Amino acid sequence: MKEPSVPLATPLLERHRALGARIVEFAGWLMPVQYAGIMDEHRAVRERAGLFDLCHMGELFVEGPEAGAALARALVTDPPALAVGRAHYSMICAPDGGIIDDLIVYRPAEDRFLVVANASNAAAVSDELASRIHGFRAVLDDRALATALVAVQGPASAAILEPLTTVDLAALRYYAIAEGEVAGIPALVARTGYTGEDGFEVFVETGQAGALWDALHEAGRPHGLVPVGLGARDTLRLEAGMPLYGNELDRATTPFDAGLGRVVALERDTDFVGRAALVAAREAGPRRMLVGLVVRGRGIARHGYAVYAGERRSGVVTSGTMSPTLGLPIAMASVAPADAAPGTILEVEIREARAAAEVVPLPFYRRPR
Amino acid sequence: MVPPDLRYTKEHEWVRVDGDVATVGITDHAAGQLGDIVFVELPEPGRALVQFAAFGVIESVKAVSDLFAPLSGEVVEANAALATRPELVNADPYGEGWMVKVRVADLGQLDALLDPAGYEALAAEA
Repeated sequence: MKEPSVPLATPLLERHRALGARIVEFAGWLMPVQYAGIMDEHRAVRERAGLFDLCHMGELFVEGPEAGAALARALVTDPPALAVGRAHYSMICAPDGGIIDDLIVYRPAEDRFLVVANASNAAAVSDELASRIHGFRAVLDDRALATALVAVQGPASAAILEPLTTVDLAALRYYAIAEGEVAGIPALVARTGYTGEDGFEVFVETGQAGALWDALHEAGRPHGLVPVGLGARDTLRLEAGMPLYGNELDRATTPFDAGLGRVVALERDTDFVGRAALVAAREAGPRRMLVGLVVRGRGIARHGYAVYAGERRSGVVTSGTMSPTLGLPIAMASVAPADAAPGTILEVEIREARAAAEVVPLPFYRRPR
Repeated sequence: MVPPDLRYTKEHEWVRVDGDVATVGITDHAAGQLGDIVFVELPEPGRALVQFAAFGVIESVKAVSDLFAPLSGEVVEANAALATRPELVNADPYGEGWMVKVRVADLGQLDALLDPAGYEALAAEA
């Protein structure tokens, strides 16, 4: 019998406790799920800014003269096509095209790439990448435990971070990364996030996590920055139409099933892991489609609830919640392609009763420009 | 401290009895544990409730939980305000956050409920 493992503590755990956070075990880590409350935290990010502990995420550096080529083989995207200082969304797939994880790949330097993986898949991605880059002039440096990640997200983010950092934020575009200092701490600063708002993800050495958090928390105070837990992280990303591995994405789902076919770089000559299966999947056409739903009847659609088109079972809800911003129940669902056109009225089965739900385009929320 | 004039279930419902009509809700402790309440599903007037059986559903952002009847009886009214303002349960769980009013058949069933001290002890363990 495998011994249950003790969850890892984020370096910021005592700070969360002091702030009155409710702590839960998530992906093998003790993490804050909420502080003041999910609704308040969600609204704070939409209106002002939120501070997120993301120390549980995996950070994998791939370095060397063939680092780009190695990643081009290992992933479904083409990291060598990234300019230095840029990033893109990617996935690592199995040979059968099933998604092992969704990722962000950053290129802080010509021969240095940073792959950020979900906490729940960090170990699997690390093992898989190590295996796939074998034979290339590249090394994998798994710095998940050595790296702390703290994010500031919301319209006030740039105003909060700007005085603290040597990085020129005005020049840092969305999906860009730069090396510099934050509060005197050596850091990588990326303009990426999982909320649909402007924001920054700051990578520092684990030992500096506390100093970084304290500096951002203090600088954010006059701007109304609040700490935000995993609960609001989920409602924010759902409103922004962003997938969550384990809900919209899993080993049985190809990028095409999840409406992410555009992420797969098939035009290039490189043979990458899963290519044949993904070419076949694209040729075969979609088996299912990921749609947005707004519940028009009464009730909240949640992960796992059945979706019907008339009497016919159409699919399943992959994620759902009451949207704090819209004040309506929203969901993402995997449904039959025939039922995926915006405006289609489907039904979600909520405790033996069926509530009408309208297919809407994603995202549910777009930040004002 | 929970209100002294109420009785409580192990599932964190409270009941206030006035004659043969009982008002039911959930405690401050339960509301705090659940977090922001976003949806409450209540029975229609005329529905029969059975002591300790589930009679409705309360949903927070993250979770769905059953509501359990403290006493048996017939629903005479459900709090319509919770349909549009479920957050009343968090804001005022013993007042405006009330859920149903029930005409009680047997007030002797109160003996099976916890008194304030008993509930406080339970909540402290949780």
